[in-house]
Amino acid sequence: MTSFDRLLSVAANLPLRAKIASLIRAAFDAAHFIEVETPVGIIAPAAEEYIEAPKADDFFLRTSPELQMKRLLAAGMERIYQLGPCFRSGENGTRHRQEFTMLEFYQVGADYLQLLEFFHSVLLSVCRGLHQDTSFTYNGQRISLDKLEIIPVREAFRRFAGESADRCAEEEGLFELVLVDKVEPKLPKDRPCVLIDYPVRFGAFARPKPSDPTLVERWEIYLGGLELANTYGELIDAAIQRERFARFSETRRQQGLAEYPEPVAFLEAIDRGFPPCAGSAMGFDRLVMLLTDHTDINEISFPLDS
Amino acid sequence: MYSAADLKKGLKIEIDGEPYAITDFEFCKPGKGTALYRCRLKNLVTGSSMDRTFRPVDKVDVPNLEEREMHYSYKDGDNYVFSDAETYEEIQITAEQLGDKTYFLLDDMLCNVLFFNGKPIDITLPTFITRVIAETEPGARGDTASTNVQKPAKLDNGYELMVPLFINQGDTVKVDTRTGEYAERVSKG
Repeated sequence: MTSFDRLLSVAANLPLRAKIASLIRAAFDAAHFIEVETPVGIIAPAAEEYIEAPKADDFFLRTSPELQMKRLLAAGMERIYQLGPCFRSGENGTRHRQEFTMLEFYQVGADYLQLLEFFHSVLLSVCRGLHQDTSFTYNGQRISLDKLEIIPVREAFRRFAGESADRCAEEEGLFELVLVDKVEPKLPKDRPCVLIDYPVRFGAFARPKPSDPTLVERWEIYLGGLELANTYGELIDAAIQRERFARFSETRRQQGLAEYPEPVAFLEAIDRGFPPCAGSAMGFDRLVMLLTDHTDINEISFPLDS
Repeated sequence: MYSAADLKKGLKIEIDGEPYAITDFEFCKPGKGTALYRCRLKNLVTGSSMDRTFRPVDKVDVPNLEEREMHYSYKDGDNYVFSDAETYEEIQITAEQLGDKTYFLLDDMLCNVLFFNGKPIDITLPTFITRVIAETEPGARGDTASTNVQKPAKLDNGYELMVPLFINQGDTVKVDTRTGEYAERVSKG
């Protein structure tokens, strides 16, 4: 396939991609969320252990708009969303692109379960708007969005892999390996499946679960085997937040990864008092893949020239 | 040792003392977690396939593989004998190891023989060979140029393949040894 052939086939999918974007905006607007834009080039990306921000000139390209949107919450905004480009160095495959489009949203006063309910309603309304139905076919599989299947992470590891999620979390990379090789293939594919309550090691900016502080308030929703969105009951304690930044920066330093400046403006904002909230990030491209039945992200995204 | 980040399609690796080629490779990264490399592996000795996922911390052995150019000499029972062009050293490979490739061996043909820990395990043939069509039904008139419609045919050594309708018995054709499929007509019979 020549690059122009590839462009032709992508172009044929762009009208549906645009329709999905406008249906998302309609759902968020109807729920009184404000669409915001925050900078794509930022000075201090959030230090995460396994996510790399590309360096551009004297700033970084954002890996997510998280810190900037949280500053808007500190500034008093209560329901915000953003649909825009994010970057992750070296992540390329049929489900990953180093430049992709993220839908990120936050709601003050909501917990992570309420945000799940809201996200479910967004999925339903986008699917209805596109297919006049709450079911669709992806990769030969009929998927009905009507009911969510919610499975705690510990139970999923026990049931599908015969493993302890907490023990797997102790060995570098083992939790992810078991998740991808043994758990994800067995998740139900005919409905949305939500893994919920992760071991604390896998909750970068999630708050500990009050009833069990060895877990964090986090869910990931899977559709048709694709991991679609990640959500936290957000960490609002400035001291714990500082601690985690320090820990992640130290891990990054040990691994020889780029050092990021301290996110001073973000820390200053949360020091002012940060409202209880939940936030979610969804891979927009993946939702487009699902709803238009494409298994390769590159089929529905403008080609990246090599 | 390879590190997991070196893995890619086509790379040959060693696991538990067996050589494998990576036939499929997928980068994968579960949310906020470490990267994973999912591989489909083909055992270079047995031909069987398996899936294996590697983590960035994993190290992978480099197999001791060597390729040498050798000429096909003769068939000795179930074994095929190849000889080194310079040293005249002879090695044997079984028919089972060679599979369908035995159909494409020609006397004195120069092949690449793959050795694992000094033992021959496979050969790479020249990409194309030419052979004569021994048997095929006459093609229908009017379909002279079409390669879309195909019919069964047999080569002079008994190998069966599909050919375009315009190919006749006695024609000389090129066969792609990688796929075992018809490539083009060289001359009419």
